[in-house]
Amino acid sequence: MHKSLLKNQFQYSPKKILLGFIVWGIFWTLIQTLVLHRLDLEWKVAFIDACVSNVLLALLCYTAIIIYRFYQPGNGNRFYRFIYAFGITMLYCVVLHWTLNWILPSEISYLDFLNRSMPCRFVGAFLILSFVTLLNWMWNLLKDQKEQEERRNEAEQLVKDAELVKLRQQLQPHFLFNSLNSISALAGSKPDEARQMIQQLSDFLRGTLKKDEQKIVPFGEEMAHLKLYLEIEKVRFGHRLNIEINVAKEILNATIPPLLLQPIVENAIKFGLYGTIEDILVNIDAKSDPSYLFVEVKNPYDAQTHGAAKGTGFGLSSIQRRLFLLYGRNDLLTTEKSETIFSTRLKIPQLKA
Amino acid sequence: MKKIVIIDDEPLARSIVIEYLQSQQDIEVVAECNNGYEGVKAIIQHKPDLVFLDIQMPKINGFEMLELLDTIPPVIFATAFDEFAIKAFEANAIDYLLKPFSKERFNAALTKFLSKKTEDRELDKNLQKLLDNSDKQTDEKNRIVVKNNSEITIVPVNDVFYIEAYDDYVKIFTKDTYHLKKKTMNYYEEVLDPALFFRVHRSFIINLQQLTRIEPLEKNSYIALLKSGKKIPLSRPGYSKLKEKLGI
Repeated sequence: MHKSLLKNQFQYSPKKILLGFIVWGIFWTLIQTLVLHRLDLEWKVAFIDACVSNVLLALLCYTAIIIYRFYQPGNGNRFYRFIYAFGITMLYCVVLHWTLNWILPSEISYLDFLNRSMPCRFVGAFLILSFVTLLNWMWNLLKDQKEQEERRNEAEQLVKDAELVKLRQQLQPHFLFNSLNSISALAGSKPDEARQMIQQLSDFLRGTLKKDEQKIVPFGEEMAHLKLYLEIEKVRFGHRLNIEINVAKEILNATIPPLLLQPIVENAIKFGLYGTIEDILVNIDAKSDPSYLFVEVKNPYDAQTHGAAKGTGFGLSSIQRRLFLLYGRNDLLTTEKSETIFSTRLKIPQLKA
Repeated sequence: MKKIVIIDDEPLARSIVIEYLQSQQDIEVVAECNNGYEGVKAIIQHKPDLVFLDIQMPKINGFEMLELLDTIPPVIFATAFDEFAIKAFEANAIDYLLKPFSKERFNAALTKFLSKKTEDRELDKNLQKLLDNSDKQTDEKNRIVVKNNSEITIVPVNDVFYIEAYDDYVKIFTKDTYHLKKKTMNYYEEVLDPALFFRVHRSFIINLQQLTRIEPLEKNSYIALLKSGKKIPLSRPGYSKLKEKLGI
């Protein structure tokens, strides 16, 4: 009974709850009629007493539940609920006493019995109302938990979706499949180099997957990750691609959010390689002062090929977005094009004292 | 002996094609090219029976390179290109190899080519369709690759003043010159950014940024005056659609 009622409340509308009360009420009315008859009351008087008591109790329970729906007494403190139940029980007793006196004014012996049985009725009603209060409280608790769980699931789903998008952005399928193709070519003629490249690609991918975007890492770690990527690109484009890195040792301790540098360099290499048919040189320079780490990446640029590209137009917008989310600033990534050189400048605030 | 040209900007990617071809008889690789420029030259010089072609290459991509040829040889694409392009292929492809590809897959493509050899014309038509579909979704929307004699030029669409129909070709007019291109007016009407280009006549598409005035010529006939001073006739529907477009 309790459990099914709990479930009903959970799933059904007030109409269903009302129906439940009616069935419940009729049941108890019959029981009470029988009990009162056994206590030497007339059938008619016993039935009227049982009807009035139970209808009144059912009405008060129902009212209490409806009220709880909109107002939770005591917000969290359980004892207030019982005080509330106690109050309703008092009301019940007063109304019951008055109503029965009004309906059956001539049944003196019955009214005497009623007076004597009042404490008993009080205790019974209080138990039932407390029980309803408790049920209601548990129901609300369950509902809250369920809602909380739903919210949590939703949030987790959002995070997952974001991660997927992130992965898709970072693991450029083009890069991955072309690298695998190079490995496939090497596997035939130079198996040792193929094995080495598999190693590099694995290390690079692992590094990409492992990194927590919220953490800030030493610049040296980012450079190591970048170098894995550059090794792979050199296998693919060694005949055209030259890279010059100019980073002083002490800068390696500066900090940078992970996976910012590699996409910028990837971008530079891509637009360098595909923008011109000549050999290209990509420069990576880094320096720092106490408050900032500065990184500049330069690649050759052919205005003719990219003539129509608008704005930065170089696929750097997701990095711009990340920097904004991390630092709330839009001036940390800048680009500049001269006749033949495209520069990407990155400025990372150093949070350490 | 079948002559083959391999065009790919990654040497290792070319080497795997060569390796797979070694077990084939009656096949000779006549040229290996690093990019589309070399590719055009090699194809004109050798007139190969088959071309293995990458899509993403320096300056001009594989599709743009093919556009520059008067007769397009049979092509098997070898590319790591993602879904987008694949969809374009699927309808019309001769064949395409997704990198990395197995030797079995490679041989299957080759067999497909050999059995289709007699239907060259059909091949051409399919490829033309493929070209028309493919470059709508890449950065070629922003540029047009043209070839005058042996010189290849990339024209940013912003530099195009207007386009005029010319038999089977179109003339693409820029500031100082024009370029011939074997495409249709409908093609450019569809491909070019409608915010920038507008077809005002069966034979004319204009760059709206070049438009200065619309002048009446006779009763019920109008011309568009460009900044360069060029006068472009407007067809009757062209005139009313242009008015609507400009909000007058």
